[in-house]
Amino acid sequence: MKDSPGLHLKTYIFLLFIVLFAPLGNVLLGKGMKSIGSARDWEPQELLNILVRIFTSGYIWLGIACLLAFFVAYMLVLTWADYSYVQPASAFSYLVVAVLGLWLLGEKVNLLRWTGIAVICLGVFIVGHTHPRTTEKT
Amino acid sequence: MLEFIFLFLIVAAGTGGELCVSHAMKTLGEVHDFSPSALLEFVWRAARVGWMWIGIAFMTLAFFSLLAMLSMENVSFVVPVTALSYAAGAIGATLFLREKIGTQRWLGVLVVCIGVTLVWLSRR
Repeated sequence: MKDSPGLHLKTYIFLLFIVLFAPLGNVLLGKGMKSIGSARDWEPQELLNILVRIFTSGYIWLGIACLLAFFVAYMLVLTWADYSYVQPASAFSYLVVAVLGLWLLGEKVNLLRWTGIAVICLGVFIVGHTHPRTTEKT
Repeated sequence: MLEFIFLFLIVAAGTGGELCVSHAMKTLGEVHDFSPSALLEFVWRAARVGWMWIGIAFMTLAFFSLLAMLSMENVSFVVPVTALSYAAGAIGATLFLREKIGTQRWLGVLVVCIGVTLVWLSRR
Protein backbone atom coordinates (compact mmCIF):
# COMPACT_ATOMS: atom_id res chain seq x y z
CA MET A 1 0.00 0.00 0.00
CA LYS A 2 1.59 3.30 -1.12
CA ASP A 3 0.89 6.67 0.56
CA SER A 4 0.60 10.01 -1.23
CA PRO A 5 3.27 12.56 -0.10
CA GLY A 6 2.61 14.10 3.32
CA LEU A 7 -0.38 11.87 4.06
CA HIS A 8 0.09 12.10 7.83
CA LEU A 9 0.67 15.89 7.82
CA LYS A 10 -2.37 16.47 5.62
CA THR A 11 -4.46 14.27 7.91
CA TYR A 12 -3.36 16.13 11.08
CA ILE A 13 -4.13 19.55 9.52
CA PHE A 14 -7.67 18.47 8.65
CA LEU A 15 -8.15 16.90 12.08
CA LEU A 16 -7.25 20.31 13.55
CA PHE A 17 -10.06 21.94 11.54
CA ILE A 18 -12.42 19.19 12.73
CA VAL A 19 -11.61 19.60 16.45
CA LEU A 20 -11.98 23.40 16.28
CA PHE A 21 -15.15 23.85 14.24
CA ALA A 22 -17.27 21.02 15.68
CA PRO A 23 -17.10 22.13 19.36
CA LEU A 24 -17.55 25.81 18.48
CA GLY A 25 -20.61 24.87 16.43
CA ASN A 26 -22.06 22.80 19.28
CA VAL A 27 -21.46 25.55 21.86
CA LEU A 28 -23.19 28.11 19.60
CA LEU A 29 -26.12 25.73 19.01
CA GLY A 30 -26.37 25.10 22.75
CA LYS A 31 -26.45 28.83 23.49
CA GLY A 32 -29.09 29.34 20.80
CA MET A 33 -31.31 26.47 21.95
CA LYS A 34 -31.08 27.53 25.59
CA SER A 35 -32.47 30.95 24.62
CA ILE A 36 -35.22 29.34 22.52
CA GLY A 37 -36.24 26.76 25.15
CA SER A 38 -37.61 23.23 24.83
CA ALA A 39 -41.07 22.07 23.74
CA ARG A 40 -43.57 21.40 26.52
CA ASP A 41 -46.58 19.79 24.83
CA TRP A 42 -45.00 18.70 21.53
CA GLU A 43 -48.05 19.95 19.61
CA PRO A 44 -47.63 20.80 15.90
CA GLN A 45 -48.24 24.54 16.42
CA GLU A 46 -45.70 24.71 19.23
CA LEU A 47 -43.12 22.76 17.22
CA LEU A 48 -43.70 25.09 14.25
CA ASN A 49 -43.10 28.12 16.47
CA ILE A 50 -39.88 26.58 17.81
CA LEU A 51 -38.77 25.76 14.25
CA VAL A 52 -39.33 29.39 13.22
CA ARG A 53 -37.34 30.62 16.23
CA ILE A 54 -34.54 28.16 15.42
CA PHE A 55 -34.19 29.44 11.86
CA THR A 56 -34.28 33.10 12.92
CA SER A 57 -31.63 32.71 15.64
CA GLY A 58 -28.20 34.18 14.90
CA TYR A 59 -26.46 31.75 17.24
CA ILE A 60 -28.04 28.79 15.45
CA TRP A 61 -26.88 30.05 12.03
CA LEU A 62 -23.37 30.70 13.33
CA GLY A 63 -23.37 27.21 14.83
CA ILE A 64 -24.57 25.74 11.52
CA ALA A 65 -21.80 27.64 9.66
CA CYS A 66 -19.17 26.17 12.01
CA LEU A 67 -20.63 22.67 11.64
CA LEU A 68 -20.65 23.05 7.84
CA ALA A 69 -16.95 23.99 7.94
CA PHE A 70 -16.40 20.92 10.13
CA PHE A 71 -18.43 18.77 7.73
CA VAL A 72 -16.41 19.86 4.66
CA ALA A 73 -13.12 19.11 6.48
CA TYR A 74 -14.56 15.78 7.63
CA MET A 75 -15.68 14.81 4.11
CA LEU A 76 -12.29 15.66 2.64
CA VAL A 77 -10.30 13.71 5.23
CA LEU A 78 -12.54 10.66 4.71
CA THR A 79 -11.44 10.47 1.07
CA TRP A 80 -8.07 9.11 2.20
CA ALA A 81 -8.36 8.11 5.88
CA ASP A 82 -10.48 5.42 7.55
CA TYR A 83 -13.71 6.39 9.26
CA SER A 84 -12.67 4.36 12.32
CA TYR A 85 -9.44 6.44 12.48
CA VAL A 86 -11.02 9.86 11.94
CA GLN A 87 -13.92 9.42 14.35
CA PRO A 88 -11.91 8.60 17.52
CA ALA A 89 -9.22 11.16 16.58
CA SER A 90 -11.91 13.84 16.62
CA ALA A 91 -12.38 13.11 20.35
CA PHE A 92 -10.08 16.09 21.03
CA SER A 93 -13.32 18.02 20.50
CA TYR A 94 -14.15 17.26 24.13
CA LEU A 95 -11.17 19.27 25.35
CA VAL A 96 -12.21 22.19 23.14
CA VAL A 97 -15.86 21.89 24.24
CA ALA A 98 -14.80 22.04 27.91
CA VAL A 99 -12.55 25.05 27.30
CA LEU A 100 -15.22 26.87 25.27
CA GLY A 101 -17.89 25.96 27.81
CA LEU A 102 -15.66 27.43 30.52
CA TRP A 103 -14.81 30.62 28.60
CA LEU A 104 -17.97 31.38 26.64
CA LEU A 105 -20.80 29.84 28.66
CA GLY A 106 -19.32 30.03 32.17
CA GLU A 107 -19.85 26.30 32.76
CA LYS A 108 -18.12 24.69 35.72
CA VAL A 109 -15.76 21.86 34.73
CA ASN A 110 -14.88 19.68 37.74
CA LEU A 111 -11.85 17.44 38.32
CA LEU A 112 -13.63 14.24 37.22
CA ARG A 113 -14.52 15.87 33.90
CA TRP A 114 -10.95 17.04 33.31
CA THR A 115 -9.80 13.48 34.14
CA GLY A 116 -12.25 12.09 31.62
CA ILE A 117 -10.97 14.53 29.01
CA ALA A 118 -7.36 13.48 29.76
CA VAL A 119 -8.34 9.82 29.28
CA ILE A 120 -10.01 10.73 25.98
CA CYS A 121 -6.80 12.44 24.84
CA LEU A 122 -4.85 9.29 25.78
CA GLY A 123 -7.22 7.25 23.63
CA VAL A 124 -6.71 9.72 20.79
CA PHE A 125 -2.92 9.38 21.21
CA ILE A 126 -3.20 5.59 20.91
CA VAL A 127 -5.41 5.86 17.82
CA GLY A 128 -3.05 8.48 16.33
CA HIS A 129 -0.24 5.94 16.29
CA THR A 130 -2.08 3.61 13.93
CA HIS A 131 -1.97 3.94 10.14
CA PRO A 132 -4.66 6.30 8.76
CA ARG A 133 -5.66 3.85 6.05
CA THR A 134 -6.20 0.11 6.35
CA THR A 135 -8.09 -0.51 3.11
CA GLU A 136 -6.79 -0.41 -0.46
CA LYS A 137 -7.37 2.74 -2.54
CA THR A 138 -10.32 2.56 -4.95
CA MET B 1 -37.60 9.30 28.41
CA LEU B 2 -37.44 11.95 25.69
CA GLU B 3 -33.73 12.40 26.33
CA PHE B 4 -33.16 8.68 25.69
CA ILE B 5 -35.13 8.79 22.43
CA PHE B 6 -33.17 11.82 21.21
CA LEU B 7 -29.89 10.26 22.32
CA PHE B 8 -30.72 7.09 20.38
CA LEU B 9 -31.57 9.16 17.29
CA ILE B 10 -28.36 11.21 17.59
CA VAL B 11 -26.20 8.07 17.93
CA ALA B 12 -28.00 5.76 15.48
CA ALA B 13 -28.89 8.28 12.77
CA GLY B 14 -25.62 10.20 13.21
CA THR B 15 -23.41 7.12 12.94
CA GLY B 16 -25.50 5.64 10.13
CA GLY B 17 -25.29 8.95 8.25
CA GLU B 18 -21.53 9.20 8.68
CA LEU B 19 -21.06 5.63 7.48
CA CYS B 20 -23.13 6.38 4.36
CA VAL B 21 -21.13 9.59 3.69
CA SER B 22 -17.86 7.76 4.30
CA HIS B 23 -18.90 5.04 1.84
CA ALA B 24 -19.74 7.75 -0.73
CA MET B 25 -16.40 9.50 -0.18
CA LYS B 26 -14.44 6.29 -0.67
CA THR B 27 -16.08 5.81 -4.07
CA LEU B 28 -14.90 9.30 -5.09
CA GLY B 29 -11.24 8.66 -4.24
CA GLU B 30 -8.53 10.68 -2.48
CA VAL B 31 -8.43 14.47 -2.94
CA HIS B 32 -5.08 15.82 -4.19
CA ASP B 33 -6.04 19.22 -5.67
CA PHE B 34 -7.39 21.76 -3.12
CA SER B 35 -7.98 24.68 -5.53
CA PRO B 36 -11.51 26.22 -5.34
CA SER B 37 -12.49 24.98 -8.80
CA ALA B 38 -11.28 21.45 -8.03
CA LEU B 39 -13.14 21.47 -4.69
CA LEU B 40 -16.31 22.72 -6.43
CA GLU B 41 -16.00 19.95 -8.98
CA PHE B 42 -15.49 17.49 -6.11
CA VAL B 43 -18.67 18.71 -4.34
CA TRP B 44 -20.58 18.37 -7.65
CA ARG B 45 -19.36 14.78 -8.04
CA ALA B 46 -20.23 14.03 -4.38
CA ALA B 47 -23.78 15.39 -4.89
CA ARG B 48 -24.35 12.78 -7.60
CA VAL B 49 -23.64 9.83 -5.30
CA GLY B 50 -26.81 8.27 -3.86
CA TRP B 51 -25.18 7.19 -0.60
CA MET B 52 -24.30 10.83 0.01
CA TRP B 53 -27.97 11.88 0.10
CA ILE B 54 -29.01 8.95 2.29
CA GLY B 55 -26.21 9.95 4.67
CA ILE B 56 -27.30 13.60 4.65
CA ALA B 57 -30.92 12.56 5.42
CA PHE B 58 -29.75 10.53 8.44
CA MET B 59 -27.47 13.33 9.61
CA THR B 60 -30.29 15.88 9.33
CA LEU B 61 -32.43 13.71 11.61
CA ALA B 62 -29.51 13.47 14.05
CA PHE B 63 -29.02 17.25 13.88
CA PHE B 64 -32.60 18.11 14.86
CA SER B 65 -32.44 15.51 17.63
CA LEU B 66 -29.27 17.24 18.86
CA LEU B 67 -31.06 20.62 18.84
CA ALA B 68 -33.94 19.12 20.83
CA MET B 69 -31.54 17.64 23.39
CA LEU B 70 -29.56 20.90 23.63
CA SER B 71 -32.78 22.70 24.52
CA MET B 72 -33.17 20.37 27.51
CA GLU B 73 -29.61 19.77 28.74
CA ASN B 74 -26.24 21.59 28.93
CA VAL B 75 -23.71 21.31 26.11
CA SER B 76 -21.17 19.78 28.50
CA PHE B 77 -23.60 16.91 29.10
CA VAL B 78 -25.00 16.46 25.60
CA VAL B 79 -21.68 16.36 23.71
CA PRO B 80 -20.05 13.65 25.89
CA VAL B 81 -23.08 11.33 25.91
CA THR B 82 -23.27 11.43 22.12
CA ALA B 83 -19.83 9.77 22.14
CA LEU B 84 -21.66 6.47 22.37
CA SER B 85 -21.32 6.73 18.61
CA TYR B 86 -17.59 5.86 18.93
CA ALA B 87 -18.43 2.25 19.69
CA ALA B 88 -21.22 2.22 17.12
CA GLY B 89 -18.88 3.80 14.54
CA ALA B 90 -16.06 1.29 15.03
CA ILE B 91 -18.47 -1.65 14.77
CA GLY B 92 -20.22 -0.11 11.76
CA ALA B 93 -16.91 0.61 10.00
CA THR B 94 -15.89 -3.03 10.45
CA LEU B 95 -19.21 -4.46 9.32
CA PHE B 96 -20.23 -2.09 6.51
CA LEU B 97 -17.05 -0.39 5.28
CA ARG B 98 -14.85 -3.47 5.80
CA GLU B 99 -12.15 -1.37 7.46
CA LYS B 100 -9.59 -3.60 9.16
CA ILE B 101 -9.36 -2.27 12.70
CA GLY B 102 -6.29 -3.55 14.55
CA THR B 103 -5.97 -4.28 18.26
CA GLN B 104 -4.24 -0.94 18.96
CA ARG B 105 -7.00 1.08 17.34
CA TRP B 106 -9.68 -0.91 19.19
CA LEU B 107 -7.76 -0.19 22.42
CA GLY B 108 -7.74 3.52 21.54
CA VAL B 109 -11.49 3.48 20.90
CA LEU B 110 -12.01 1.69 24.24
CA VAL B 111 -9.89 4.26 26.15
CA VAL B 112 -11.78 7.10 24.45
CA CYS B 113 -15.06 5.50 25.55
CA ILE B 114 -13.82 5.16 29.18
CA GLY B 115 -12.86 8.84 29.16
CA VAL B 116 -16.22 9.80 27.75
CA THR B 117 -17.94 7.77 30.48
CA LEU B 118 -15.96 9.63 33.18
CA VAL B 119 -17.04 12.94 31.64
CA TRP B 120 -20.61 11.75 31.68
CA LEU B 121 -20.34 10.70 35.35
CA SER B 122 -18.94 14.13 36.24
CA ARG B 123 -22.41 15.57 35.68
CA ARG B 124 -23.64 14.04 38.95
